[in-house]
Amino acid sequence: MSISIEGITKHFGSFQALKNISLEVPDGQLVGLLGPSGSGKTTLLRIIAGLETADEGRILFEGEDVTRLHVRERRVGFVFQHYALFRHMTVAENVAFGLDVLPARQRPPAAEIRQRVETLLEMVQLGHLAQRYPSQLSGGQKQRIALARALSMKPKILLLDEPFGALDAKVRKDLRRWLRTLHEEFHFTSVFVTHDQEEALELSDQVAVMSAGRIEQIDSPQQLYAQPSSRFVFDFMGNVNVFAGEADGEILRQGEAWVHLPEAPAAAQQQLYMRSHEVRLQSTPASHAHLPLRIESVSLVGAEVRLELAPQGWHAEDLWEVGITHAQFNSWQPSRGDQCFAVPQVAHAIAVNAHTPVTLRWRAGEMDDPAAMI
Amino acid sequence: MQRKKMRAGDQPLVRWTLIILAVVTTLLMLVIPLILIFETAFSAGAGTYWENLANRYTVHAIGLTLLVAALTVPINLVFGVFLAWLVTRFEFPGRKALITLIDIPFAVSPVVAGLLYLLLYGSNGWVGSWLMNHDVQLMFSWPGIVMVTVFVTCPFVARELIPLMQQQGREEEEAGVVLGATGWQLFRRITLPNIQWALLYGVVLTNARAVGEFGAVSVVSGNIRGETNTLSLHVELLYQDYNVVGAFAAASLLAGIALITIIVKSFVEWRQARQRAPLNELSDNR
Amino acid sequence: MNRSLSGLLPGGSSQPGKRVLPGFALSLGISLFFISVVLILPLTGLIAHTAGMGWEQYWAVITDERVVASYKVTLWTAAVAALINALVGLLLAWVLVRYEFPGRGIMDALVDLPFALPTAVAGITLAALFAQDGWYGQFFDAMGLKISFTPLGIIVAMSFTSLPFVVRTVQPVLEDQAPEDEEAAVSLGASDWTVFRRILFPAIWPALMTGIGLSFTRSLGEFGAVIFIAGNMPYVSEVTSLMIFVRLQEFDHAAASAIASVVLMASLVLLLGINLWQARYLRRLHGR
Repeated sequence: MSISIEGITKHFGSFQALKNISLEVPDGQLVGLLGPSGSGKTTLLRIIAGLETADEGRILFEGEDVTRLHVRERRVGFVFQHYALFRHMTVAENVAFGLDVLPARQRPPAAEIRQRVETLLEMVQLGHLAQRYPSQLSGGQKQRIALARALSMKPKILLLDEPFGALDAKVRKDLRRWLRTLHEEFHFTSVFVTHDQEEALELSDQVAVMSAGRIEQIDSPQQLYAQPSSRFVFDFMGNVNVFAGEADGEILRQGEAWVHLPEAPAAAQQQLYMRSHEVRLQSTPASHAHLPLRIESVSLVGAEVRLELAPQGWHAEDLWEVGITHAQFNSWQPSRGDQCFAVPQVAHAIAVNAHTPVTLRWRAGEMDDPAAMI
Repeated sequence: MQRKKMRAGDQPLVRWTLIILAVVTTLLMLVIPLILIFETAFSAGAGTYWENLANRYTVHAIGLTLLVAALTVPINLVFGVFLAWLVTRFEFPGRKALITLIDIPFAVSPVVAGLLYLLLYGSNGWVGSWLMNHDVQLMFSWPGIVMVTVFVTCPFVARELIPLMQQQGREEEEAGVVLGATGWQLFRRITLPNIQWALLYGVVLTNARAVGEFGAVSVVSGNIRGETNTLSLHVELLYQDYNVVGAFAAASLLAGIALITIIVKSFVEWRQARQRAPLNELSDNR
Repeated sequence: MNRSLSGLLPGGSSQPGKRVLPGFALSLGISLFFISVVLILPLTGLIAHTAGMGWEQYWAVITDERVVASYKVTLWTAAVAALINALVGLLLAWVLVRYEFPGRGIMDALVDLPFALPTAVAGITLAALFAQDGWYGQFFDAMGLKISFTPLGIIVAMSFTSLPFVVRTVQPVLEDQAPEDEEAAVSLGASDWTVFRRILFPAIWPALMTGIGLSFTRSLGEFGAVIFIAGNMPYVSEVTSLMIFVRLQEFDHAAASAIASVVLMASLVLLLGINLWQARYLRRLHGR
């Protein structure tokens, strides 16, 4: 069941939580609403569910206008941030609740309800906890029960509010994998809210990055990472290395450092944003960039080695972060205090007062002496 | 055994001095008065005690008191629940004002409370005179007593429920609505089990105060022996008649109800403490 | 496009009648109806009676010598009782929260006794205890001190009935005290008294003040517990709530209303003050 969000605006008193939000969620997609707190993402989710009403705009489910429909009639599944399990009911009673409160005519017989509950609990692999109470469960278990309960009414739309926020990293990873599996098996349309960009990127078919009540960018996770359309999205999605300088023709200069841009920029004051994988490190400067750096720390983080570098002879607000492979680490053996030079392969230039980046690429031929590469 | 003193006042000398002081104060201020009530009531023998209780006027007073409680408690129960639901589950202008308003009977002197009702419903009041013309007399008879008792005891259920329901939040009820529950289903299956102990205590407290109300009822009852005397008023009557033993016999009944009230409260708190502590049986930590 | 009229309601639905949780109209209706009939309506009777009096007569009644004497008696006895409650209440709250000892549970339960016990019963019990030949009275008599039929008796009665307030407002705050603060101070060499004065007391004094305020307000209006022990002698041991009663018995409804209006206004001002204080200093409204 597709979801169409058209022109949604919402105020809380004098505070404007959502400003003219429009978004299309095709049937069967998993969409993440990503943003810092206060961005309005939870409010938007609740408006889709019907737990809040918008001041302006429409919500359509498969083309049908549900804006005026009470939450009870919308038949969505909702998983609350803090689970909202009924504390005085057993796990089985929690999951059965939606079926138990159906009007007599629509309610299936007790045996069938019991059967459905068992199936749902088996699906989340918690059948053995059916008679426990929520206070006896761990966070991950509670979340799975909340999910089972939301699915008990066979909703076509599943909405999740920061579903994995309060859990350990490992539990989070497992649950994420799990949600994806469920999603693929049952083909519902899901929208979930998170402030964790790794989670959004891993789970979603599409991610809508929100800030201060507006959608900054909606794209697939890959596009979002590779082609951020604004400074905010850049800053929000993962680590970014910044070189700010003043352009003199095609050369962007700051202190002792400079970068030769492929073409002269329109404005003189420019910032170059580079992801850690868009920069290479060399022992000598390249022909198109002179960015001296000193290694401040070397840490082994999972599959790669992360180097933190401080600018030498020029200034950046944050330390630069560049990842190298274990193979490169083993042959180079970098340590604290070593000098090296950054060579950008791709960079995103944003004029100081602008918001939209321009992607710059240097052709392979412009790269320097391969022997000098690390 | 040397226990390391970690907090202020933990050394044995200070600790035991304070404890003994507190125990002595409790004995003097709370326990001994209780003992006095029962001692005096039985001071002329058990036989006289039962005779006093079986006295025609005493029996009537007990009956009237029970009637008042039987009417007051359900009324305030329903009101308290609705008010608590209203102010803890919705936002609307004037919400905070309502919460403050409900404290009024709590702050007002009972005599003033009685007077307010007398002025309105007595024969001089604008409602009272209208009622008189229709041959209905509320003051100086049991309906008036019930009304004024409802006034005096109306905050109790609400004051027990409101902080609790505010703390519990509306998420469970929201979850219930998303799953399709109607209002009554929400209340019966979700809210009520969550508030049952606080509700019980509110009811018990309302009952205790309804039974024991004195000042307000003094004003509106007219003190007609055998007709409009509640048990509290009857205690006063007997005392002023110098029937001290009889007065304390009646008082002992009221003291008994007070004791039951505080026992129920202890029980409620024990249950609530038990509920809040989750049992640690995590078989699977995923 | 849906255009809403009341989009400025904080935190709630912007379309009245479409609230998420059911029962708004019903609970609002019942609550307003009840409050109007039970609380607001009777106030109109008082206003009608005092309005019909005329300012001069009103003033004369409320500044009558005997009445003014009753204000003084009531105010100073309530104040002393509130102070006694502050000390005793603090002691009991401290001991109940910080120490374990046999009978602690019983003590905790008993603190609520004055709250649950009918005031008339408290009244005759205290009167009997402090009478000249009473269990306590005889000791005071031997010292030449008379409690019954004096303002001291009033103080005793008020202290008894308002005892729970300070205890119950201070207890939760003491319970919430993190031991780490004290342990840190003690490990740095602070004496018990210093710890109390500089760490604990600042944390509990808002609750203490609330308790004192509640105790004071309650004592101002105390009737049943007071009248048996006080002797009710005009100008000496007559409290204002009794004055109202006396005027009623004289069928002087106007005077009774006038005095009651003074008491009522004072109570409401105090109630408002305490609520504002609580809203500012305490995290939650403690329902006692």
